[in-house]
Amino acid sequence: MRLSQLEVGEIGIVKEFTDLEMSVKLMEMGCLPGEEITVSRIAPLGDPIAINVSGYQLSLRKFEASTIILQ
Amino acid sequence: MKADIRVALVGNPNTGKSTLFNTLTGLNQKIGNFPGVTVDKKTGICQLPDGRMAEIIDLPGTYSLYPKSQDESIVFSILADQSNPLTPDLVVVILDATNLKRNLLLYSQVADLKIPVIIALNMVDLSKKAGITIDIDLFSKKLGVPVVPISARRKEGIDKLKAAITFANKIALQEESIDVEAIAPQLIAEISRELKLENPYYALQLAHQHETIKFISPVQSDRIEELEKEFSFHSQKAQATETIARYNFINDLLYDTVKVPETAQDETLSNKIDKVLTHKVFGFIIFFGVLLFMFQSIFSWSAYPMELIADLFVWVQNTLHHLLPAGPLTGLLVDGVIGGLSGVMVFIPQIAILFAFISILEDTGYMSRVTFMMDKLMRKVGLNGKSVVPLIGGFACAVPSIMSTRTIENWKDRMITIMVTPLVTCSARLPIYTLLIALVVPNRNVWWLFNMQGLALTGMYVFSLISAIVVAFVFKLILKGRERGYFIMELPVYRMPRWNNVAYSMYDRSKAFVLQAGKVIIAVSVILWVLASYGPGDRFARIDQKYRQPQYTQRLNADELSKAVRSEKLENSYAGVLGHVIEPVIRPLGFDWKIGIALITSFAAREVFVGTMATIYSVEGSAEKMETVQKKMKTATNPETGQPVFSLAVAFSLMMFYAFAMQCASTVAVVYRETKNWRWPTLQFAYMTVLAYVASFVAYHLLK
Repeated sequence: MRLSQLEVGEIGIVKEFTDLEMSVKLMEMGCLPGEEITVSRIAPLGDPIAINVSGYQLSLRKFEASTIILQ
Repeated sequence: MKADIRVALVGNPNTGKSTLFNTLTGLNQKIGNFPGVTVDKKTGICQLPDGRMAEIIDLPGTYSLYPKSQDESIVFSILADQSNPLTPDLVVVILDATNLKRNLLLYSQVADLKIPVIIALNMVDLSKKAGITIDIDLFSKKLGVPVVPISARRKEGIDKLKAAITFANKIALQEESIDVEAIAPQLIAEISRELKLENPYYALQLAHQHETIKFISPVQSDRIEELEKEFSFHSQKAQATETIARYNFINDLLYDTVKVPETAQDETLSNKIDKVLTHKVFGFIIFFGVLLFMFQSIFSWSAYPMELIADLFVWVQNTLHHLLPAGPLTGLLVDGVIGGLSGVMVFIPQIAILFAFISILEDTGYMSRVTFMMDKLMRKVGLNGKSVVPLIGGFACAVPSIMSTRTIENWKDRMITIMVTPLVTCSARLPIYTLLIALVVPNRNVWWLFNMQGLALTGMYVFSLISAIVVAFVFKLILKGRERGYFIMELPVYRMPRWNNVAYSMYDRSKAFVLQAGKVIIAVSVILWVLASYGPGDRFARIDQKYRQPQYTQRLNADELSKAVRSEKLENSYAGVLGHVIEPVIRPLGFDWKIGIALITSFAAREVFVGTMATIYSVEGSAEKMETVQKKMKTATNPETGQPVFSLAVAFSLMMFYAFAMQCASTVAVVYRETKNWRWPTLQFAYMTVLAYVASFVAYHLLK
């Protein structure tokens, strides 16, 4: 399961990343393995999405979300 | 003023760093540039309780010492480069108490550089409200640094922070966070040995950043590169290992110092606002409503102050003309320098209002929602959600807007945004459009509701946006990206704007605009003044002689005579000669030599067009007598054909020319400054001129 497949309101826990370059940036922003992520909304045009992670809201594109694999 | 101690403010974006900076320094601020890079350097002076003076440097907000944008790269350079005269004696790291985990990443990196550091724990009022309890004493003890709880917004705890700065240690006493050496033991040891470094984290950062930082020599950089190959160092892998280690350290630290309420909170206010503001339908309606309100305000609120400034300059010019002896020097000073200066100064109200809006939109958190909503749309044409801000700003002025593209991390997106921003109808084009539209478009209503002139003007604005989007798309196909684009951005909680920050931003930006654009405009207007005031050979003397003959002096009164002299002198000045020289080129666009002069004089700044038209049609004064210019231009006829000069075709051809042509020296200068390469302003100038010529040509021949 990838983060990009979650619907609004669904929760997932980060397992690993498929892209090293992207993972470095995501981890800096608090998206680490073991961290809980909630999808809080999707932009009006369907991309990007907004997630809640480690206590704040982060937006990222669908493609970027697809590099995050959930448990 | 010589400061006794230098203090750097470091923190994540949206942590209230600027608010703290403004509170600490008040109006004692200065904006400059960090040497060698185009990042604004904000410094200010703060008096400490013991009477010493502290120089405070506000470093750009960043999430980590690994930079993602140009602005962020300065943070590591300032903190680490010992030979830099700006290297701080003390770092104040600002942490958002409502979001400690992510904020502590940057802290742990800065702490490992072993510079004396203290923590300002900001927004403690908000964290208390959210039910978060922080054991500050234990937190401070575990980190080994002073921790001062503050609320920058409410100005609470500022005195304690100042006291902490006063009594801060001169040596770094913070506890170790992670085992840095374990990340790349041999490489760190070897770099430290060869470059004689004491700090292992500094050595590791050099390994990561040696290609981009300026303060190590190419020889050193090459040597680091060799060592990396020798020890097969992989920058991204090492960074991933480091980040995970740091978050482990942070989790351990927070485990017994911070209690976040377990139960899921009720839906936050911010979330409720988001449901409306980023709604599929209302989201866009509200956004366009906000834009509309912004433009209305920029134009209507600035009208009166702009008039005042223009009047003030006219008064100064008149007074100086009376006070100083008539002569070329007075002309140069009064008409050249001060005339040019007034052209810049009248835009201050618009720029200040635009930046007030931008600062409010950013401060409240709305701007990042706009970015969020528009990203997909903008990406289709090669831009980025973050390009929305400069494009909107372009309606006021391209210069500050191009400066604001620095927040776009992706190189290609940023370049395309810079290339198309000057196409957006800026405020300098407004007087030209109003003048020309008033000349040829009848002032009557269609369908009862819409004024035809208003529609024409709106049309020009919409047209400019469309052309910017089309050109962006073309650039998207031509330019090659240097790195992968990405869009990982914090959506900060909605907050009330801090009016202090809004006021500072208005002041800062206006000042920067006057200083930067002012220099160029003054220089160019002096040159143009000379070109328009002197002519080749003895032409001017002969004109004076000609009008001294009785057939003129008897038939014309003094006023008419001086106008006739001025008009003929202009035609024979260097500028006039140039106008005649370029006439064959611009003839296909429907322009005569007089318009040619205006094209040349407004080369540096579009708004000069109206003033030049006024001079050419020998009306005294300039913009303040627009009615008269308009009348004169309306009655002007082509001596050969007897037809009016400003027909519908000519007026629209001219507007098309001004819509596309890069008639703005300040923009050229700022594009060079931002891209650090003459290729970009040259390319921009070339493509815009070609488009201007083609669009004008088409408009003229379609409407003729």
